[in-house]
Amino acid sequence: MTTQNHIIRMDDIRKTYDTGKVKVDALKGIHLEIEKGEMIAIVGPSGSGKSTLMNLIGCLDTPTSGTYEIGGQAVSGVTRDELAEIRNRRVGFVFQAFNLLPHITALENVELPMLFGGIKPAERHKRASELLERVGLGDRLDHKPTELSGGQMQRVAIARALAMEPDIVLADEPTGNLDSSAGGDIMSIFTDLWQQGRTIVIITHDPALSRRASRVVEIHDGRITSDQATNAAA
Amino acid sequence: MKDVLKQLARDLKAEKLRTFLTIFGIVWGTVAISLMLAFGTGLHTQLIKSTAGLGDRIVIAWPGLTSIPFEGLGKGRKIRITDDDLTTARGNVPGLKALSAEYSNNLKVEYGTKTLSVDTSGVAPEFGSMRNLIPQAGGRFIDDIDLAEQRRTAFIGNKLAKDIFGETPAVGKTITVNQSPFLVVGVLVEKDQDSSYSGRDNEKMFIPSTTFRALNGDKYVDNFVFQAAASTDTKAVIEKLRSALGGRLRFDAKDKEALSMWDTTEQFQFFDTFMLAFNAFLGIIGVLTLVVGGIGVSNIMNVVVEERTREIGIKMALGAKQRWILSQFLFETMLVTFLGGAIGFAISLTVCAIFPKLGLAEYVGNPVVSPLVAALTSLALGLVGLVAGYFPARDAARLDPVVAMKL
Ligand SMILES: Nc1ncnc2c1ncn2[C@@H]1O[C@H](COP(=O)(O)OP(=O)(O)OP(=O)(O)O)[C@@H](O)[C@H]1O
Ligand SMILES: [Mg+2]
Repeated sequence: MTTQNHIIRMDDIRKTYDTGKVKVDALKGIHLEIEKGEMIAIVGPSGSGKSTLMNLIGCLDTPTSGTYEIGGQAVSGVTRDELAEIRNRRVGFVFQAFNLLPHITALENVELPMLFGGIKPAERHKRASELLERVGLGDRLDHKPTELSGGQMQRVAIARALAMEPDIVLADEPTGNLDSSAGGDIMSIFTDLWQQGRTIVIITHDPALSRRASRVVEIHDGRITSDQATNAAA
Repeated sequence: MKDVLKQLARDLKAEKLRTFLTIFGIVWGTVAISLMLAFGTGLHTQLIKSTAGLGDRIVIAWPGLTSIPFEGLGKGRKIRITDDDLTTARGNVPGLKALSAEYSNNLKVEYGTKTLSVDTSGVAPEFGSMRNLIPQAGGRFIDDIDLAEQRRTAFIGNKLAKDIFGETPAVGKTITVNQSPFLVVGVLVEKDQDSSYSGRDNEKMFIPSTTFRALNGDKYVDNFVFQAAASTDTKAVIEKLRSALGGRLRFDAKDKEALSMWDTTEQFQFFDTFMLAFNAFLGIIGVLTLVVGGIGVSNIMNVVVEERTREIGIKMALGAKQRWILSQFLFETMLVTFLGGAIGFAISLTVCAIFPKLGLAEYVGNPVVSPLVAALTSLALGLVGLVAGYFPARDAARLDPVVAMKL
């Protein structure tokens, strides 16, 4: 394990939500290192802090204390715009609620991160079409999200997550809104991506899914209580 | 930049009703303000024109019958004024800039086969500038030599010129007035006039007062016209002239009937005050319209932000910078403002183009969308749009992506 292989490095990360009336300590000292090529499942009961951790990893939010590096770049004291740039270049998100823009087509949704990343229109179009083809939606490029099934929407979201060739793909309960068959398809796509060498972090409640990961991290009440490699091989 | 515009077009299309409402609000504001000010300008111009048709801050005086006994003389005595009286009085009244006697009568004018009865005034050269009797190019008004040498020269109204000569030039032609030949030296430029004390200038004829007296044997003036050097001194000049003439012709200086006067500067003062009040009124209405319109636009933009909070959260999660979000909203507001402003101006211009055909111009003038009004209105609307767009846009860009996406 050399330092260069660490994509994520968290040391004593704490997150306190201050809602004015009450303070919620969502994370109480997290140590976590993620290597390139890992597929990690984060499990734990509801309210244990999984999504909070995911948001910190993805730079959607900043920790209250502790040090955090993504791809060797320290994430502290950076501006909102710098965070946006880190999200754009290093992180690909897949959400439970898909979070596609409803008024624009599948292709335009996949192009969106590249638009923010300053990729030229022709290149954007080419890459987006290729990615949609790869997730099996080559014939749905010009469909709007409302014209797609849940499983198809999540595949668009995965294509969008890959658009900027991120260091890491983060998925927060990506199968939570899908039936088991569509969920299985989505899980297979993630497994394929991992086997192609991508680094993936998935939050899930489903033990069947967590068994497919190379490593399972368990969280209880804001702390990591278990961190184990599985037998699954890349 | 192209992407921003493309996105903009898409968003505006997706929100048809809202876009329509916003644009409608701005169109309405622009039309209201620019038309109000356009009609205000038109009315102002019309008032100036019709008053200037009468003269340049002049006083017109008519001798009448005395109504107050004076130094043992009874009332009801007729006051008669001669050129000499006026010349003498003028020497005793400082602050008088110009003065002209006016003798009037209907004279028979013949040219070729035409015979007309023309309302004619015998006047001094100063009369021309006081009454804004401006000659058309190639002509002139009565001059000092005409007056001194009792020349038979005539300055005629533009309508009269047309009646006599049709489209052929009048200057240099000789007409016959009461059997004597007169040379036409000038024709009046067309002027707007709806206040007058003796017929419309465009149908009248003006000849030197000396010639007039010789022709008709008149001894006494019908009326006279004068002008103070400073229009603010008009009241004082009137008083001095009254007492100068009263002393010479023996009537009480306070006797308003012995010598009645029409001070047209009062009318100017009234118009000035009226226009000031009118403009203030328009200004207040205009500002209120802009404020109300601005609040409307601002509210609509705020609603948009709420509707799109999720969308903004998603975009920020995908790496959109604040500047991107901000500029999209600003662009959107400015585009909508510009569109509304342009449509509003087009409507205002159309109304101003159609209005003269309704034939009301004589009463309220023709509305003119002046470049200044145009610039000010678009500037104000642009500012409203900018302010209305800025705050919602800033709020949107400050949202936490995690929070925004959960909504
Ligand atoms: N924006 C917030 N403001 C205040 N408290 C919050 C906020 N987000 C999360 N929390 C609190 O932090 C704790 C951890 O929440 P988090 O969403 O990370 O849990 P989770 O493990 O993802 O749960 P689930 O499995 O239900 O999604 C909870 O107690 C939650 O109430
Ligand atoms: Mg969660």
